[in-house]
Amino acid sequence: MIPLSWILAFSLALFFIGLFGAIARKNAISILMGIELMLNAVNINLLAFWRYLYSAHMNGLVFIAVVFAVAAAETAVGLALIISAYRNRRTITAGDFDSLKG
Amino acid sequence: MPTVNDFLLILPEVVLLIWALLILLIDLWIPDTKKYYTAVLSAAGLVISAGCAFALLGRTGSAFSNMVVLDGFSSVLSILFLLSGLAAVALAYDYLKRNAAQRGEYYTLLLFSIAGMMLMASANDLIMVFLSLELLSIPLYILAGFFRPRLASEEAALKYFLLGAFSSAILLFGIAWIYGSTGHTDFPGIVASIDGGRANYLLLLIGAGLLLVGFGFKIGVFPFHMWVPDTYQGSPSSIGAFMTVATKAAGFAALLRVFLVLFPAEAPIMAGILWGLSAASMIFGNTVAIAQMNMKRLLAYSSIANAGYILMAFVPYGNPVIAQEAVSSALFYLLAYALTSFGAWAVMIALEPAESDGLLLQDFSGLGRKYPWLGAALLISMLSFIGVPLTMGFWGKFYLFKTAVDGSQIPLVLIGLLTSLVSAYYYLRIVMFAYFKPGEPQIQPGRWASVVAVICAAGIFVLSFIPTPVFQFAAQMIMGMK
Amino acid sequence: MLNDYLPIIILLVLATVLGFLVLIIGALFGPRRPTQRKAAPYESGMIPYGPGTRRISVRYYLVAVLFILFDIETVFFLPWAVVFRQLGWFALIEMLVFIGILLIGFVYVWKKGALEWE
Repeated sequence: MIPLSWILAFSLALFFIGLFGAIARKNAISILMGIELMLNAVNINLLAFWRYLYSAHMNGLVFIAVVFAVAAAETAVGLALIISAYRNRRTITAGDFDSLKG
Repeated sequence: MPTVNDFLLILPEVVLLIWALLILLIDLWIPDTKKYYTAVLSAAGLVISAGCAFALLGRTGSAFSNMVVLDGFSSVLSILFLLSGLAAVALAYDYLKRNAAQRGEYYTLLLFSIAGMMLMASANDLIMVFLSLELLSIPLYILAGFFRPRLASEEAALKYFLLGAFSSAILLFGIAWIYGSTGHTDFPGIVASIDGGRANYLLLLIGAGLLLVGFGFKIGVFPFHMWVPDTYQGSPSSIGAFMTVATKAAGFAALLRVFLVLFPAEAPIMAGILWGLSAASMIFGNTVAIAQMNMKRLLAYSSIANAGYILMAFVPYGNPVIAQEAVSSALFYLLAYALTSFGAWAVMIALEPAESDGLLLQDFSGLGRKYPWLGAALLISMLSFIGVPLTMGFWGKFYLFKTAVDGSQIPLVLIGLLTSLVSAYYYLRIVMFAYFKPGEPQIQPGRWASVVAVICAAGIFVLSFIPTPVFQFAAQMIMGMK
Repeated sequence: MLNDYLPIIILLVLATVLGFLVLIIGALFGPRRPTQRKAAPYESGMIPYGPGTRRISVRYYLVAVLFILFDIETVFFLPWAVVFRQLGWFALIEMLVFIGILLIGFVYVWKKGALEWE
């Protein structure tokens, strides 16, 4: 069987790829994709811990389902906001949203 | 399997959620010209839920196999959230009409968000912490962009959403590590695992750090504050007021409970980080606020500084005696801050014309002479922000500083005192505009915002004569915590 | 540990080499008589029309988002179905409440006209 540490390393890498994407990308959709990657890394992490260490209880699995559903709701709202902003400005580059300053 | 008793313990939340769903449906058949029905209905729902919360005051217990817990801490905060919600409805009542944004969804979303906050204050399981965090955040993302297609509002919503989703992903990663370390997501299970020595200390520490980052975004402390000024400025003002008070309080509720219950052993390391966050927020918030000429941005930076003050008392949380005191003084300060902040926002909303991103400080010129009541409310709020005696703000800071001194955080207290002095400059400048500059401010039609302003100012003033009973009440309420 | 992966690696290498080999042999020795028909993009036998990257109306996003929202809720149906027999009546009522809440959302979406395609 694949050792737990490999899966954890994989999820850690995925998390940081997502983190980098969320911080470095300019396009709002790309940022959203980065955040989704981070959430998927969390799910892999939870699943690995559950499968290898704590498979006696179901709480880890249930948590994953909750994360799935909530992430979908969050993305739906985010996409709606992004499209609404795009219709108004014809751009979704995060750096172009600079009308609020002080 | 859940019993009736389980539902009884979260009755306020259940009532509020059912009410929100009903309003969502009813509003579909209310014509656009009569949307005030929705406002009145939502206010009624908040009052009923608050009634349930009052009836449950003093009861304790946990429900749904330790998913949520009812204790004094959660009861008091629930009532605070519900009252904030009432204030947000009152502030929005005329304000939305003026801005031609009278849509019923405002009230439904507000109710959902408040239910999320109440669940967050009583969360006893990390799944519940995450779920309630999202339940309070997602409606707020939409509410921040409620003035769509106005550019500022959309921008505020987008920034809030991107950083909010980012921070909840980080928080979730922290939860995953804690689960990996202990095998539990419920607080009693995690504590038992830590006490039994089965938990991996390093993983737990990483988890605690990630959780702190996630909560830091929600309460808007210094390095995680970037969204705060833009979001508060671009959002509808009634939502800005609601967010400065209720979202912050909800973030603190979860932060205090999670750290007190789960991470007392990590206190030596966490105290250093909290120290840095607190000091940086106080210094940054108060110095940047000096340069602000827009009232909404000024209040946003002031809210960053205030988050720093509350965090200050919490730095020595590893000591159980201090921890009790810290939570009661944090609760007390949240109450004082809620009154003060709503007072200041309400004065601004009463004057704010349609289609604006908040008033400039000059727009307050002549307020004291033309509208003595509003002027007095503004004066009392500003004095309370500074922490002048005879206001709740003074007692709030007094208890926070006292807790920090008891926890021997003298340097932090000095920073707090000095930054309070600095803050006096920009708060008093608003007062100076209102009382000593000539001008003709125009109060907007509708009187609800003025009513909220006067009630808050009266609360700040009157409660300042009985600080000890209020503080004793807070202290007594949190006795059963943990 | 790594030995378990040896067959997979051999398979990967062989498949890659073979794939390239076939392509190279074909390119070297095969006859080449291009016609216009042959050079056109393959679209399952249809005659291609319009640009290759047609844009989809942005209105479609609303349907897509609503679909995701209602679709993802099935995540909760699966564990429910697994333990349904043990929980009995309580599970049934709980699920009815859940569906009821979804239904309220559906009524809202419908009444707001989000499902109309003009």
